[in-house]
Amino acid sequence: MSDLNTLEQRALAELTAVADEDALRAWNTRYLGDKGELKQAINNIKNVPADQRRTYGQEVNRVKEALTAAHDSAVAREKEKALERSLATDRLDVTLPGRAVSRGRLHVATQVLREIYAVFADLGFQIYTSREVEDDLHNFEYLNMPPHHPARDMWDTFHTTTRGVLLRTHTSPGQIHVMRQFKPKPIRVILPGMCYRYEAITTRSEIMFHQVEGLAVGKHIRMSDLKGTIVAFARRMFGEQRQVRIRSSYFPFTEPSIEVDMDCIVCSGKGCSLCKRTGWLEIMGAGMVHPAVLKHGGYDPDTFGGFAFGMGPQRITMLKYAIDDIRQFWGNDLRFLQQF
Amino acid sequence: MKVPLSWLYEYVGSNVPAPQLVERLTLAGLEVASVRVLGKPVPEGLHVKAEDAGPVWERDKLVIGKVLQVEKHPNADRLTLVTVDYGAREPKRLVTGAPNLKVGDVGQKVIVALSGSILFDGHSKDGKKLAELKPKELRGIMNDAMVCSAYELGISEEHEGIILLESDAPVGKPLVDFMGEIILEIDVLPNMARCLSMIGVAREVAALTGGTLRKPPHTVEMFAEPIEGQVKVEIETPKLCARYAAMLIKGVRIAPAPAWMQRRLGYAGMRPISNIVDITNYVMLEWGQPLHAFDYDLLKARAGGQAPTIIVRPAKPGEKMTTLDGAERTLTWKDDDGQDVAALVIADTVGPIALAGVMGGKDTEVHDKTTNILLESANFDFVSIRRTMKHFNLPSEASVRFSKGIHPEIVRPAAERAAELMRQFAGGRVARGLVESYPGKKELQTIALELEEVRNVLGMNFSRKEAIQILRALEFEITEDAPEAFTVKTPPHRTDIQAGSADLIEELVRIHGYDKLPATLMSDQLPEQHTNKPLVLEERVRDILVTAGLQEVITYSLTMAEREAPLGAPALDYVTLRNPISAERVVMRHSVLASVLEVAAGNLKHTGDVRIFEVGKVFLPKAGEKLPEEPRRIALVLTGRRWREFWDETSATADARASQAASLDFYDLKGVIETLAGDLHLPEVSYRPATAPYLHPGRSAELLIKGQPVGAFGQLHPKVAAAYADAGDVFKPLTGRTLLVGELDLEAILAAVPDRYTYTALSVFPAALRDIAVIVPETITADQVSEAIRAGGGDLLQGVRLFDVYRGSSIPEGTKSLAYALTYLASDRTLTDKEVDKAHKKIEDRLKHMLKAQVRGQEAAR
Repeated sequence: MSDLNTLEQRALAELTAVADEDALRAWNTRYLGDKGELKQAINNIKNVPADQRRTYGQEVNRVKEALTAAHDSAVAREKEKALERSLATDRLDVTLPGRAVSRGRLHVATQVLREIYAVFADLGFQIYTSREVEDDLHNFEYLNMPPHHPARDMWDTFHTTTRGVLLRTHTSPGQIHVMRQFKPKPIRVILPGMCYRYEAITTRSEIMFHQVEGLAVGKHIRMSDLKGTIVAFARRMFGEQRQVRIRSSYFPFTEPSIEVDMDCIVCSGKGCSLCKRTGWLEIMGAGMVHPAVLKHGGYDPDTFGGFAFGMGPQRITMLKYAIDDIRQFWGNDLRFLQQF
Repeated sequence: MKVPLSWLYEYVGSNVPAPQLVERLTLAGLEVASVRVLGKPVPEGLHVKAEDAGPVWERDKLVIGKVLQVEKHPNADRLTLVTVDYGAREPKRLVTGAPNLKVGDVGQKVIVALSGSILFDGHSKDGKKLAELKPKELRGIMNDAMVCSAYELGISEEHEGIILLESDAPVGKPLVDFMGEIILEIDVLPNMARCLSMIGVAREVAALTGGTLRKPPHTVEMFAEPIEGQVKVEIETPKLCARYAAMLIKGVRIAPAPAWMQRRLGYAGMRPISNIVDITNYVMLEWGQPLHAFDYDLLKARAGGQAPTIIVRPAKPGEKMTTLDGAERTLTWKDDDGQDVAALVIADTVGPIALAGVMGGKDTEVHDKTTNILLESANFDFVSIRRTMKHFNLPSEASVRFSKGIHPEIVRPAAERAAELMRQFAGGRVARGLVESYPGKKELQTIALELEEVRNVLGMNFSRKEAIQILRALEFEITEDAPEAFTVKTPPHRTDIQAGSADLIEELVRIHGYDKLPATLMSDQLPEQHTNKPLVLEERVRDILVTAGLQEVITYSLTMAEREAPLGAPALDYVTLRNPISAERVVMRHSVLASVLEVAAGNLKHTGDVRIFEVGKVFLPKAGEKLPEEPRRIALVLTGRRWREFWDETSATADARASQAASLDFYDLKGVIETLAGDLHLPEVSYRPATAPYLHPGRSAELLIKGQPVGAFGQLHPKVAAAYADAGDVFKPLTGRTLLVGELDLEAILAAVPDRYTYTALSVFPAALRDIAVIVPETITADQVSEAIRAGGGDLLQGVRLFDVYRGSSIPEGTKSLAYALTYLASDRTLTDKEVDKAHKKIEDRLKHMLKAQVRGQEAAR
């Protein structure tokens, strides 16, 4: 009996001294293996007096369980140590760049147009598109600008070799198209699209640019609704705290006509280089649809009224991302486009 | 319009500080584009650009002086010694090089700058620079003061001589109090042309600030001799000249205008010339009515000593005249549309004497010896003036005003005002009366206005009192027919008011202030909802192509035919600009691809990898139609490596690295097209070799939907690539590249997009996988093989995927081996081997029978 106890003590003492997995394996073979000391102890039962065999057997089992449990926990301990070692040495340089993902992007102009569509969709405006090569009637006359009207000077126009055919200078011809299609139903649309102006190409002006025009026609459309719509747009697009300022202006196709400024997104009105120290940024022209335009669209101006507004998404994009050269848009340098 | 505030305030009692005035004017539609400040400190809150703020004229350092004596400088020929009284106890002697002060001069009023003044340095070699005046020896004489030029004071660029003030300028008075100024530069909109005048702006200021408008008098002290019988006026075409008035001023002496008038003209941006011309300009700036002065004696001489007759008429075909700038001008021409145009002229019985409203004639011009003036004040058709002004490119203060429209009622007060000023400041005697023709006289327009309508349109409250006050301040006459219902009469200076109440409502809200307009959301009925399906699908196409790894670009729709020529001769004419801005942007494109190739070329200067697309319009003239069709196209260009190289070279085998860096080929592009077709759920898609001449004949394909081609794609034909490389530097970077390109008809594709598609149920039963290898002659296409497999496999065959193509020594020459992974699956049971074998056998039989293929089926190993 005391041999068994001695065996147990010795085995456990040796186990605590085991330093690595090899030594652990050797320990296991020595004590718990097929020819190990414990096996010998079991085999030794035949030499034990019969009346003690039962007690001896119980004791052998107890020692076996004790040693097995000690071994299991030693194995677990060694595994843990090995993992620790491996974790400590298996280290990446996390500052190396990741593998490039091959991805495409939308042109920044498309991205901003979609943002604008989304804001106006929430306000109940649907999208109406129309042609870019227009006739003089739709681009000017139906918009209350008869031939030689001085206001035509406000739009430097590309004319084609076909008399009376031009590249639209604004998306406003779409107002006439949409009204003629839907009269006399109420209308709430935005008219996005490409427009053209006969201008020198500089950092501030382009011959081709997007415009998004809005048009609401109905029996109870008020100028205060126009202001509310513009305020809602400015805040959705540029932040909840934006303020707008309205200046009187002139467009032949609206009356009253206004120009809308927003407090500067950089300095909030204090004055900085972006707003040229005025504190305000011009974001759109707008007004109440001129009775003559309503008439040309097929609506009776005594019953119907409406508002219209127009903005330049490229200008809005330039404000948003502090782009200082409008030529970047159609320059399509991938190094520019991939920034958005 | 440049508005010196001291001049403006002569017509309106107002004490609104400049910054607030600028703000009010800007918000009311008279945008103050810039402000110049002369001599005064810049008021707090007024935004002045750095270049518009000159030196401050300190009260104790810049004062008015009087010349007591001018002596020769003992040591310098070009310098003089000037003794001035400047209000101090002792006169001061100073040195000057001013050419307009000569030895012996006395009594001139000058501007004296004392030591410590900060002024622009007239001698600076490196641009405009402020410098402090310090005591300094000038050729042996100590000097600590100077007499100033306009340049030094920051008034203008003029530095040839010093400023000589009017003789009654008070000696010792601080200069800033005498002529310090704030000048507003106002952008006048087309409907505000009435504000191209001091009175017009003053009226707005009065209405905006509650001040009172004080118009200058236009009563004339007349001479006994009547004008009657001394000149006749005839208007031949009343449509082009609503009114023509002439006055006669005799015995004038041509001399410089008074200094104060010259100063005002200068501040307002006009160059002083002589008293007569300056007076016509002064009155034009004051009233907005351009005037013209003829030498009456020259007119009389042309009429053979008789009373001249002024005739207003269109020029006769081919008629010529010499304008006062010395140019001989032909007065009739053809416009852009080929229509005959004749300038409106002022003529006498001999011929034209002035280009009406645009420029006077050389032959009847006022000159140094002129004594008798025929003064013209007239109203011309703005369209006619505008055409003439544009044709001759003669925009001037006068022609610009005429071209925007002026009310004919201003003709008379302006003429009278000018005549009276000529009496006062040119020594003239005004002949009694005025000769005129006024065929265009019209009743003043009346408009009915109801306050209820104003409130409905604006969405804000407006009181009766406010409405009346605003309209009266703008000189509308109002009668109240019923409570809050008015008849409003348009004042005789407005040409912008159209019938209906819209213009009046604008006046009300504009003056009242848009800041008081509330912001509301629409309460009107929400319109019917419609989807813009063409746009929704267009955007979906963009999204699919972006997902496929392509970058969107947007290019000019304007191009030149030469840029598109390498892609093939145009089948149609181009929409062509009549007034292109550059030789590169002349026509509306037929091809989106050419533009996208240009973008590729541009980017290939800095990168080797380009994968781009554009969704945009082309412009195709249609027979019998004025306007072109504008169908949308998709264009794609891919070139470069399949993958970007990566730094981690240990993780890849040499083969893998090589294939990563491999160039994109036809099948990369086809993968993009397949992704597009698949994601749009296009029905019955097939491909066949393309015939487009700009594509490589063996490496290009057409995309067909239900057998109809909708576009082609593939490798750009090497000859076309070479033609582009020769077409100009823009395309040079394309040289020697494998360019994968395509152009698809978006309209045809979108027309085929199904309204809906259904999903395929997922089977819960296991699939049976089999591979099949098929050896076929090269002439058999992969499409034919997969079609045969599908046809043979029937319903149980759920998937066919090509995983290997082999050509080589182990199979006969002229053949290829295609290996497919087949998936058999039933939705209601686990397939037995027997069932799968049967289906597979059918496929093998079909391949052997239909395509004469050699087939080796096998159990799927994967």
